Amino acid sequence: MSAYLEIRNLSAVVRGTGERLLRGVSIALEAGHVTGLVGESGAGKSMIGKAVLGILPTAVEVVEGEILLDGQDLLRMPPDRRRRLIGATAALIPQDPLTALNPSHRVGPQITDRLVDILGWSRADAEARAQALLDEVHIAEPARVMKSYPHELSGGMRQRILIAAAFAAEPRLIVADEPTTALDVTVQKQILRLIAEMQARHGTAMLFVTHDLGVVSKICQDLAVLYAGKVVEQAAMRDFFRAPAHPYSRALLAATPQYTDPTGSLRPVERDVLDTVEAEIAADDREWRNGQAGP
Amino acid sequence: MRDGRGQIRRRAGLRLWLSGGWLALVLFGAVFAPWVAPQDPLMQDLFTSRLPPFWMEGAEPGYWLGTDNLGRDVLSRILHGARIALIVAVSAGAATCLIGATLGLIAGYFRGMADIVISRLVDIWMAFPPVLFAILLIAVLGTGLTSIIVAIVVIDWTRFARVVRAEAMNQGAMDYVASAQVAGYSRLRTMLVEILPNVLPTIGALLTLEMGISVIVEAILSFVNLSIPTDDPTWGGMIAEGRQAIHQSWWVLVFPLVTLFLTVLSFSQLGEGLKDRFDPVLR
Ligand SMILES: Nc1ncnc2c1ncn2[C@@H]1O[C@H](COP(=O)(O)OP(=O)(O)O)[C@@H](O)[C@H]1O
Ligand SMILES: [Mg+2]
Repeated sequence: MSAYLEIRNLSAVVRGTGERLLRGVSIALEAGHVTGLVGESGAGKSMIGKAVLGILPTAVEVVEGEILLDGQDLLRMPPDRRRRLIGATAALIPQDPLTALNPSHRVGPQITDRLVDILGWSRADAEARAQALLDEVHIAEPARVMKSYPHELSGGMRQRILIAAAFAAEPRLIVADEPTTALDVTVQKQILRLIAEMQARHGTAMLFVTHDLGVVSKICQDLAVLYAGKVVEQAAMRDFFRAPAHPYSRALLAATPQYTDPTGSLRPVERDVLDTVEAEIAADDREWRNGQAGP
Repeated sequence: MRDGRGQIRRRAGLRLWLSGGWLALVLFGAVFAPWVAPQDPLMQDLFTSRLPPFWMEGAEPGYWLGTDNLGRDVLSRILHGARIALIVAVSAGAATCLIGATLGLIAGYFRGMADIVISRLVDIWMAFPPVLFAILLIAVLGTGLTSIIVAIVVIDWTRFARVVRAEAMNQGAMDYVASAQVAGYSRLRTMLVEILPNVLPTIGALLTLEMGISVIVEAILSFVNLSIPTDDPTWGGMIAEGRQAIHQSWWVLVFPLVTLFLTVLSFSQLGEGLKDRFDPVLR
């Protein structure tokens, strides 16, 4: 099976300073699969998600690479066409349910408007669809919730709404950017189960961004480990947990206590492992800079 | 916790009612001045000069707040003065808001080149001392109502631009903006439909503040005789005249001063009150 989303050798820098944020990232995601994107905070996980969805901050510039969605390169597409393609085939489940719904608008239109405005649905169809989806994410009174403002709802409730909204247009790809990080531990489990359930039912390919290997093991078929904007390893879930190939992956796994010793405390990644990765990155940067300076 | 919120809400409500009530009164007086003013504000009559306000000995009915040394009725002049004060407040406030908020919104949301140009312009603009700037402008444009309004707009748009830019930048970083863009909405639509409603409470507070400032600026320019060249009464002009007669007839100074003070205070309090009430995050 060929990949539905394929990121090839993607590099991004900060405009002006030239600081490298993504270092030749390559990730493949098969249709209907969930790929975890794991790394510590600041590694560039969100940046990859944003690059795929075409919402990188203006200060960040992609300098090389390809992002193939179903074989078409998003980076070499007229912006208008790309926007329409993304709007029709992809969606985002954002990190923070508190800021992911617009506080000035009612919840209903925030789900239905894009179906009507962008995808040309009728208002009635969109409303019916939104109700059905809210039902699917186990929201008790969809009609009442759709008339509410976000601040009238709890964090868990809002995250359910965001999940419903993401699946509303039946996208083929969803980027979920730490969708459970901002929630209470108890709510976290429910939301994670809900996302897994929705993903399985709709067969949507998903790029699941998280810093938590525990979460990855519950929902993903394979994963990519990111360190300082560089993918150090992409592997199938089972292979990864049996035998992580890269020393940094091994350290990360060892640092997540439930897989080694459930009673042990979280261990930091060891110094010499970090030195190895940093050396790899320095070598990579040198090579890249020479490439830039050359032809 | 519910009690705490209720308490804040009730106090905000009282503030809103008091400031709104006073401004409604001033607006009513300004609009209907020719009908509600007891006297002709320009009519001089030396037989009625320096009449005290109604509760003092020697007061005459029909001259409730007394008269100045030319015998003109203070209340009638305050009511007519409200017209110029409010014309300046509304037109200068609206124009300043429109220009400043639009530029701020564009700079804060679109960032990039637009932001660089607008922010640099604001920085350069703010390097001029405002009072000097105002007097210079009046000198070039000549005195008159339009000049005052233009001067206020030219000087104060930067306040809107700065504050609205910062707020738009905050909102632009929110995940709901990212979602709108992923959905395929244009940047312009995102700015107007997603960002603007959330910046509106701030714009409203700035607008009322600006109206208060406009009233003060108009009064100051009238005070130094740089405002309108006609005989039409202005609060600033009344304060200037009243200052000269402070020992014989304090009421000629005090009543316009109090009116000015309450009006400016009400504008700023109205803004804060409205922001508290309509800010969707605080609500
Ligand atoms: N607007 C920006 N301009 C420049 N650098 C940024 C910007 N946003 C994020 N960064 C940097 O990009 C790196 C990756 O950020 P991000 O993708 O958000 O990390 P995470 O893996 O935690 O999601 C960080 O080092 C961050 O400092
Ligand atoms: Mg992130």
